[in-house]
Amino acid sequence: MTAVKEESGQEDPGDMPDRGGEGYVPSQRRIDRERYKRTRARRATSIAALSTLVTGVVLYLVVVSAPGWPRTRETFFNGQYAREAFPKVLEGLWLNVRLLLICGAAVLVLGMLIAVARTLRGPVFFPLRALAAAYTDFFRGLPLIINLMIVVLGVPALRLQGITVDPVLLGGTALTLTYSAYVAEVFRAGIESVHPSQRAAARSLGLTNRQALRHVVLPQAVRRQVPPLLNDLVSLQKDTGLVSIGGAVDAVRAADIIVGRSLNYTPYIVAGLVFVALTIPMTRFTDWVTARMDRQRAQGGTL
Amino acid sequence: MSDIPDNSPTSSAVLRMESVRKTFGDTVVLRDVDLEVAPHTVTALIGASGSGKSTLLRCANLLEEIDDGAIWLDGEEITHPRTDQDAVRRRIGVVFQAYNLFPHMTVLENITLAPRRVHGVDRAEAERYARELLERLGLGAKAGEYPDRLSGGQQQRAAIVRALAVRPRLLLLDEITAALDPELVGEVLAVVRDLKGEGMTMVLATHEMGFARDVADQVCFLEGGVVLERGTAEQVFGDPQQERTRQFLRRIVEAGRL
Repeated sequence: MTAVKEESGQEDPGDMPDRGGEGYVPSQRRIDRERYKRTRARRATSIAALSTLVTGVVLYLVVVSAPGWPRTRETFFNGQYAREAFPKVLEGLWLNVRLLLICGAAVLVLGMLIAVARTLRGPVFFPLRALAAAYTDFFRGLPLIINLMIVVLGVPALRLQGITVDPVLLGGTALTLTYSAYVAEVFRAGIESVHPSQRAAARSLGLTNRQALRHVVLPQAVRRQVPPLLNDLVSLQKDTGLVSIGGAVDAVRAADIIVGRSLNYTPYIVAGLVFVALTIPMTRFTDWVTARMDRQRAQGGTL
Repeated sequence: MSDIPDNSPTSSAVLRMESVRKTFGDTVVLRDVDLEVAPHTVTALIGASGSGKSTLLRCANLLEEIDDGAIWLDGEEITHPRTDQDAVRRRIGVVFQAYNLFPHMTVLENITLAPRRVHGVDRAEAERYARELLERLGLGAKAGEYPDRLSGGQQQRAAIVRALAVRPRLLLLDEITAALDPELVGEVLAVVRDLKGEGMTMVLATHEMGFARDVADQVCFLEGGVVLERGTAEQVFGDPQQERTRQFLRRIVEAGRL
């Protein structure tokens, strides 16, 4: 059981958070129980710290005592190359971030439209449903790298008037096409996971199918889809690097250039760490948002 | 029995609560609640919505952590932080107002889940006992159905079977007829009456006053998280001592529910 209401340190009854009672004085039983819980919480913390320390030391020793460690350290963890690569990688990362923001927004909108199109009822919508289904089938199946090559290299080869040849714009389009198909399926699964009784309740209030979807089903669906959506966004963030096949210089490509010149792999490590550093705040943020939504909704309950 | 009141946790009560206090934030939901449930008896908790009946049941099952006081099950304190809560819950059956059947399992799977996974009963024996209980509650034909395809009364009876399938020491019933229409209420209450006949110890929160009067050995009237009045059904319904109890019962009578 989680200690939802872990008491603050003092034993003084006046500091108890329980303000509801008129002249309520905590019993000795409660005070003992809370002291016991605090002791246990302290013990748990120290055990966690100790086991983390031991794990860290063991991992360190295993890596450092490996026979190839001195050479590996030289080629992968070279401080001089790291310092040289870092600003270049950051410069390239700006392209990844912009692509992520623009493509991410486009993917969410397009994915939602496709998902809703697939759940529309009624015979009139058959062509729309079929089109949306065909789209997801095709773009989920088509390998992203092939999609990128067709769009980034194939479209300029057509020499059409008024169509851009900018590899970043074309690459972004290709990413959006593929990821919209993934995200549409995430949304569709979410919509279908909302219990039919919810739709029934909304429809019986006189809401149209569309209003029921908009006000009752989608809010519940989206809430459940936050973790898988984040998963796709993180994946998108890493795949933004693939636009470099058209010649654009992103974080990975920037590292690549230095590696090609120096034959030292440290810049890859730098680029990798920069990507990880970018995803962690995003994950924590969505965890925080969903936890807050849960708290607002649930009353009590310690399971 | 000596004539000294038995205050020790080793009394023969199945469930005993002492000075239980429960708060949600600044709201005190239960205040200094004492309760003693003797073996093979039925205790009815009555009172307006929000008086703390459901919270009291949830505390007894450790679904809510109490803030103060203590609870004993069969003489063993279950509110100690060292208590194995799963072991406690294994001995208590609960039936919820909204049935809470698992919609992705058939009725039979709902019922055999805990006997098989928690109590280690083998499949054949779990299913045999489940079918026997279903038969007795008139659901013999529904074993293979999914809950969403049953009527409310059938779902609630299935939920009772699920709670009984683990042969609990104590059964907690939380307004189990509140979501049912009057015709179906009868079939569910008949089941509870039968269980009393078999000696099952039960605590039930209910708005069915007529039923509480018939079946309960002990009636507790809750008001604002306090047990305001308690006694036998005849005492509480026939000769209530507190003005609030009289008011509550008068309103129930006016609403035609007693």
